[in-house]
Amino acid sequence: MGYSFLSLVREALRGQTGWRPAWRDAAPKPAYDAIVVGGGGHGLATGYYLAKEHGLTNIAVLEKSYIGGGNTGRNTTIIRSNYLLPGNERMYEKSMQLWEGLEQDLNYNAMVSQRGVLNLYHSDAQRDVYARRGNAMRLHGVDAALLNETGVRKLYPWLDFDNARFPIRGGLLQRRGGTARHDAVAWGFAHGADRLGVDIVQNCEVTGFRISGGAVQGVETTRGYIAAPKIGLAVAGSTSRVAALAGLRLPIESHVLQAFVSEGVKPLVDGVLTFGAGHFYVSQSDKGGLVFGGDIDGYNSYAQRGSMPVVEDVMESGMAIMPAIGRLRVLRQWGGLVDMSMDGSPIIDRTPIDGLYLNAGWCYGGFKATPGSGWCFAHTMARDEPHFINSALRLDRFATGAVLDERGAGPTPNLH
Amino acid sequence: MRIPCPHCGERGNDEFVYLGAAALTRPAADAPAEAWHSYVYLRDNPAGLHSELWQHTHGCRRWLVVARDTRTHAVFSATDAAV
Repeated sequence: MGYSFLSLVREALRGQTGWRPAWRDAAPKPAYDAIVVGGGGHGLATGYYLAKEHGLTNIAVLEKSYIGGGNTGRNTTIIRSNYLLPGNERMYEKSMQLWEGLEQDLNYNAMVSQRGVLNLYHSDAQRDVYARRGNAMRLHGVDAALLNETGVRKLYPWLDFDNARFPIRGGLLQRRGGTARHDAVAWGFAHGADRLGVDIVQNCEVTGFRISGGAVQGVETTRGYIAAPKIGLAVAGSTSRVAALAGLRLPIESHVLQAFVSEGVKPLVDGVLTFGAGHFYVSQSDKGGLVFGGDIDGYNSYAQRGSMPVVEDVMESGMAIMPAIGRLRVLRQWGGLVDMSMDGSPIIDRTPIDGLYLNAGWCYGGFKATPGSGWCFAHTMARDEPHFINSALRLDRFATGAVLDERGAGPTPNLH
Repeated sequence: MRIPCPHCGERGNDEFVYLGAAALTRPAADAPAEAWHSYVYLRDNPAGLHSELWQHTHGCRRWLVVARDTRTHAVFSATDAAV
């Protein structure tokens, strides 16, 4: 069923009795034309774009638990496309453009809010780096504005500009960036995919692959064998585990990234702010809570919970730019698993096994990429080759040397 | 998470710096590119027991091989990497 002003009025008059589930809880069929493993944002978006852009409707998205119950519901909801390297920037900008029309496209309110993402800089050298990144963005047709201190003061007068160690000198602003409601993004893609006939199968964990003659034939699952000539993996966080079932060893480590929400306060942070001298990013939810996070914990983890030193580090970073939050109480804290790739950039590509495709290695960048990732992955699966937009996000770039290392940190996943 | 350093005793993990998997063997300098690709980039990344390198940077500065469960963060042992 669709959502509209008319349907709201109708249901208001009928006592809200006519609403139906936003998607069907489908049972798996014995065979599909294509299967996407992973019912998070990326997997559901892939299912949606496979149906919408490529006319593949006899397909299924398999989720081991319930949709959106993994990392899609564990991020800090920020969307942006402020990357330096062309191979990354064009994919994140594609994603940004899809965000801008997403709700009308899906007929679902994902609460996309282009409230602006501001990266603060604290030294002359950092200003130069940000100017370079802003120029790189503008060369790709993406909006970027370099603000001086006066410009930042107009937006956020209460920041600690004269901090003795990290004075705020200005910032790089992407006005089209902002936030979106993470759960609603998963639900919206599920709703959109379901309306195009895609089966969304929950509580269906993949336990193995049938591969013969170097080509994938189907998947073994907790709900039986399902055959499909094309299978895409969108299981970031658990990619190594699932890929190992197909005999693949990948340039990925799983790490835990923590996030936090404070008690609700009146409107304070009306955009997204990031600290340039440490790692801290914050926005304010519509309920009033500050949503913030920092670095990954830094060691391999599948535990979905972090440790105290990073909690302390995040709080210190926050206090360094906005001491006004010092007496706010933290309501909730959680950890999500991220695929840290060896160069800090994602992978959307074929694999050495015919018919098996890989969408992985999202590091911190997964949520903002959700629509663009699904769009590129659907193209790669349907056409059996990457689109130009994801043509740099290859699995073999580590062997060929064409890595995409935004940070220049080398093959050290915990430093990206 | 606390790591039992064989030299300094049990300490909080914020005294240590993490490197990664300990079970990697450095190929010979003239080994084929594939061996180097595997050594530099590919990882087992297990969910469960993981043997890994940590340096006690705020203690004895020794490199340690730590056995840890990546699902629970339980640390089973820590030995000096050079001994």
